[in-house]
Amino acid sequence: MKPALFDHVAPASIADAVAALAGHPGAMVIAGGQSLLPAMNFRLATPPALIDISRIAELKTLTVTDRAVVVGAMVRHRTVELDPAVARAQPLLAAALAHVAHVPIRNRGTVVGSLCHADASAEMPLLLLLTDGHMVVAGPTGRRTIAAADFFRFHLTTSRAADEIALEAHFPVLPAGAGWAFEEVARRSGDFALASVGVIVERAADGTARKVAIAAGGIASRPIRLTEAENALLGTTLNDETVELAAQAAAAAVTAPGDIHASAPCAASWWRRSSARPSPPHATAPPPPDRDRRRPPPARTAPPPQPPGSDRPTEEDGPDDPDPKEDGPRNIR
Amino acid sequence: MSDKIKITLTVNGTAMTAEVEPRRSLADMLRDDLRLTGTHLGCEHGVCGACTVLVDGKPVRSCLMFGVQANGASVRTVEGLADGDRLHPLQQAFWENHGLQCGFCTPGFLMLAAGALEENPDMTDEEIRDVLSSNLCRCTGYQNIVKAVRLAAEVMKAGPAPQATRS
Amino acid sequence: MTWIGRSLPRLEDPSLLKGHGTYVADHADGALHVAFARSPLAAGEILGIELPEIAPGGGQVFTAADLHGVGVIRPVLNRPDYRAVGQPALAAGRVVFPGQAVAVAVARTAAEAEDLAEQVFIDIEPQDPILTFDAALAEGARAVHPEAPENVLVEGNLKTKGFDEAVAQAAVVIELDLRSRRQSAVPMETRGGVASYDRATGRVTLVASVQMPHMLRTGLADVVGMAESDLRVIAPDVGGGFGQKMSLFPEYVVLVWLARKLRTKVAWIEDRRENFLASAHSRDQAFFVRGAFSAEGRLLALDANLKSNVGAFSCYPVTCGVEPLMAFGELPGPYVVPEYRGRSRGVTTNTCMMAPYRGVARPMLTFTMERLMEKAAKALGLDAVEIRRRNLITSFPHRSPTGVVYDEGSYLQAMEAAVAHVDVPAFRARQARARTEGRYLGLGVSVFSERTGYGTPVYAQRGMGIVPGYESVDLAMDPSGNVEVRIGSSPHGQGLKTALAQLVADEIGVVPDRVRVIAGDTDATPYGWGTFASRSMVIAGGATKFAAEAAADKLKAIAAKMMEVEVGAVVLDEGYARVPGTNKATPIPDLARAAHHQSQRFGLEAGIRTSGFYDPGGTFSNACHICEVEVDIETGGVKILRFVVVEDAGVLINPMIVDGQIAGGVAQGIGNALYEELIYDEDGNLLTTSLADYLPPTALEVPDLEILHMETISPESVTKAKGVGEGGTIGAPAAVLNAVADALAPFGVEIDEMPATPQKIRLAIRNMAIRNTRAPADV
Repeated sequence: MKPALFDHVAPASIADAVAALAGHPGAMVIAGGQSLLPAMNFRLATPPALIDISRIAELKTLTVTDRAVVVGAMVRHRTVELDPAVARAQPLLAAALAHVAHVPIRNRGTVVGSLCHADASAEMPLLLLLTDGHMVVAGPTGRRTIAAADFFRFHLTTSRAADEIALEAHFPVLPAGAGWAFEEVARRSGDFALASVGVIVERAADGTARKVAIAAGGIASRPIRLTEAENALLGTTLNDETVELAAQAAAAAVTAPGDIHASAPCAASWWRRSSARPSPPHATAPPPPDRDRRRPPPARTAPPPQPPGSDRPTEEDGPDDPDPKEDGPRNIR
Repeated sequence: MSDKIKITLTVNGTAMTAEVEPRRSLADMLRDDLRLTGTHLGCEHGVCGACTVLVDGKPVRSCLMFGVQANGASVRTVEGLADGDRLHPLQQAFWENHGLQCGFCTPGFLMLAAGALEENPDMTDEEIRDVLSSNLCRCTGYQNIVKAVRLAAEVMKAGPAPQATRS
Repeated sequence: MTWIGRSLPRLEDPSLLKGHGTYVADHADGALHVAFARSPLAAGEILGIELPEIAPGGGQVFTAADLHGVGVIRPVLNRPDYRAVGQPALAAGRVVFPGQAVAVAVARTAAEAEDLAEQVFIDIEPQDPILTFDAALAEGARAVHPEAPENVLVEGNLKTKGFDEAVAQAAVVIELDLRSRRQSAVPMETRGGVASYDRATGRVTLVASVQMPHMLRTGLADVVGMAESDLRVIAPDVGGGFGQKMSLFPEYVVLVWLARKLRTKVAWIEDRRENFLASAHSRDQAFFVRGAFSAEGRLLALDANLKSNVGAFSCYPVTCGVEPLMAFGELPGPYVVPEYRGRSRGVTTNTCMMAPYRGVARPMLTFTMERLMEKAAKALGLDAVEIRRRNLITSFPHRSPTGVVYDEGSYLQAMEAAVAHVDVPAFRARQARARTEGRYLGLGVSVFSERTGYGTPVYAQRGMGIVPGYESVDLAMDPSGNVEVRIGSSPHGQGLKTALAQLVADEIGVVPDRVRVIAGDTDATPYGWGTFASRSMVIAGGATKFAAEAAADKLKAIAAKMMEVEVGAVVLDEGYARVPGTNKATPIPDLARAAHHQSQRFGLEAGIRTSGFYDPGGTFSNACHICEVEVDIETGGVKILRFVVVEDAGVLINPMIVDGQIAGGVAQGIGNALYEELIYDEDGNLLTTSLADYLPPTALEVPDLEILHMETISPESVTKAKGVGEGGTIGAPAAVLNAVADALAPFGVEIDEMPATPQKIRLAIRNMAIRNTRAPADV
């Protein structure tokens, strides 16, 4: 299980990388290589050349602005996962990254690489779609921005052109006071998700949801937004009934064909379960709904702004608070 | 096409050079070019973790990295863990607690645990299990590996840092 | 001071921990590399093989047409119902399973060999593959092999005299239709071999990751057509085997042939994909069983129709009879079965060959008997533990209806100890409470026997052409007092060398550090059978004990002369020969030196060289496993909350190693029960060729075990130790699956298949909910 022959090109600048890609028909870009190398070792991928972007300094930056977490193409999963500023700005990233394979893979793999690989059940594409993020790519004709909704075309297929290199991904920060959750079902820890879901809810002063984003992975040929489910919750107070309606709408969205680990009906059931569980925070703290007999996952909200220079994880970055009663009111602001 | 590329790197604290085909994995380069056969290949697709080594201090799969990507890096392998005949606390704990049977996965588990403990010396039992779930062992049922890592962590915290293992 | 019974850290470990172990791939230095071109199809006629054009120095490719004089692998079972089929080293004329080796490429590196193999084009006229029992046994089905027109390679049949009468008297007859899906042993080190030709002697040395080096030498010499003495087989450090590495595989035939043909050194290190495709599979079984019970819950008769999908070939040397005939012969397990009717067939298909995997048929037959007890208890309104009390074997020796004789065991006592340890009433209270919260907990019990350490009498009964079973040991003490023990058995990671050193240390009075056990080299060890069937500690241990006793006798004789006392007065202890009650003591190294350098003083043969031989009839270990699970009814996911093992393996030579065997075995059993499944699609493509598709459990899926021991001393083992290599894997699936069934009892869901994956559990709940139109809970 050794890869086929290829040329290795390691440009030092984005311009050189774009030129190298143009100069090597069929070449592929390698960043962390954690999906590409298995494919090459199995000889499922046999690119004649690899454009190795690891020497390009400007792709190694991770920036947190008041609008977005901007992840350069050479930033490793684990760097993003452990960054306290990222955790404050967009806590969904760390929560979702904890599900990406295992630590040694996250030490090498890159967030942008995962986005470009675009596995239909991977966590990062789901998150870019959930947060209405976008990609920045560069090609022979210059740079362009591609919205998440336009980026993921199909399993392992994006709208990045063959002569383009992805430079960075922009994940908008979590809106102040928004509730969120990320859940997934997998065969074993670290396996690809059979079904995964991310939710962001913003509420009006009267407690009704004024903005709802729900994205799912593993249930279609690409990550998808569940607009029916979103609409079921929009304008409601997120009571048991509306959450149940949203769950039903979510289950109906499953279009993925069965595979060896999940038939389509099972996937629907898993999906329904995944989507039902992370109920967003309630304005008051009701007891867990009857139909959700398990301990509900903690619903989390954005932590308060940190004093300058503080990089200590906040309490909210710590272990999940298992008691939903304490979770809701305290975090609402 | 695919001419050999000369790279320099540090392996277990020693500067080394190698000339490798781009398609040579770091694991194969360590084993075949640098004669460090303690790093084992169990799947060559990144799941089993037998090939885990530390690259710039972090555990990674050496089967999912080309040797050329390690140009300029500092690599640590199982051969660099002991201080001469003095076993690293992890090795000692694996020995005393029967954390290995056939030994094939062991170098990968040792390097995984070494990297994880350097990042977080105070892992809870749950965190230890979680990080150890990165690698596969078919012999032990894991419980003695978990126990060994937990006990080694205590020894490492109590004792002087094993300087000799740092590169 | 005694060493037996101490959890001595293993002597094997320091080198393994430092990365200095030498597995087969570490012997490939300077070798040419080999890669196989394999059939992409399950079945078909080979119309032609197009070989790549190769530049000078670019390597070579060979096919079956080149293998002049090389025979086929054709193991023999002397039974009228056995159909012997031959397995060629490289496919000739036709392919019969996907992944069968068709051509072999040799090049400077593994990558280049793979480059070449990839360019071999095999033109195959495809046939509809026969993949399942049903397809193979269907009326008019195509014969996979002309030698077996009915697609049955082996069949066992038995009916006891009183069977019909017993069934007629039954108060209730319980039916089970159970399935075990195809699984793989998945040793972390794949197979591999390095064959080198010695120009000086013409001999070939094959270093290979195997469990049976001597057997491999015999088989290879026969198939390749060379003198056995011209071949040396070495099993170096072996990265796990679990049965997968105990058969003769065609790849090894090709390696030895290549080394001779090219007069060089060639290496083949199997990759993981090949390991899944073409090494060996197991456990593809379907058991249809009926149990006839009295109103009091006594099993009166057992009726079994058993099928094993043995794949395309018969494994050498144990043959494709190993699963079906063990299933047939040992189905009663730890229970009294007065009357029995059994039919068991080994069915051949266009799938990878079945070979032994830890426990062989026993995980499935234990699953069967334990489901039978549970279902019968429910039908009769009995407690599931109580019904086992009424049926477990309690008097010894016990003879089963198939003629198997059980030595002393503690089936009932082990179960009672496990039940008491678990505190079943407390669990039932927790379970009831959890159900009111919509959480589904379950408790599963599994009681089983593990037949271990059996020698030639048992194998001869099976009619095997090659009858394995005995072990020989050669022991020598060198002049400086160190002991070398050369064994025919061949460990694959279980710590045998340490355990044997502890045995020797007690007999000879030296520390285990001074005992070097040499194994796995046909040039350096007596002919023996390697490691499999939970045999090494019992049989190699027994032979070692005999050899060590003889050495101790000689040391005492020398000491008696040197100290001028009666032989009977000398004891060997802590490095000295002593005369208790006196201050006379001689260091054992002094005795060793005298034996070699002053031999004229003793009137004995110089030196200290002894041997031991043991060929026992076998001894049964036994255990009870109890597992507690929580089933997530929405996902079908199972979490194991607790796992208790009460094990009786007689005297424990090294308790730490024994517990390690149990823990590792249980982990594999959990994988078998919940996660692991090899899946062919209907065209015969194997869909599970990576560790991302075939799922061995990780540290998060396997709990810490609670292990308790009992100690039944059996006269059938001279070391008083019973085998313990397979028990964990045998008992765990039944315990886990009974627990899952218990958890899902409110839904009326039957668990009839392993692995019970989330998808199957979820579908079972769903189907039951649909059938009942309303579910007992929100599903």
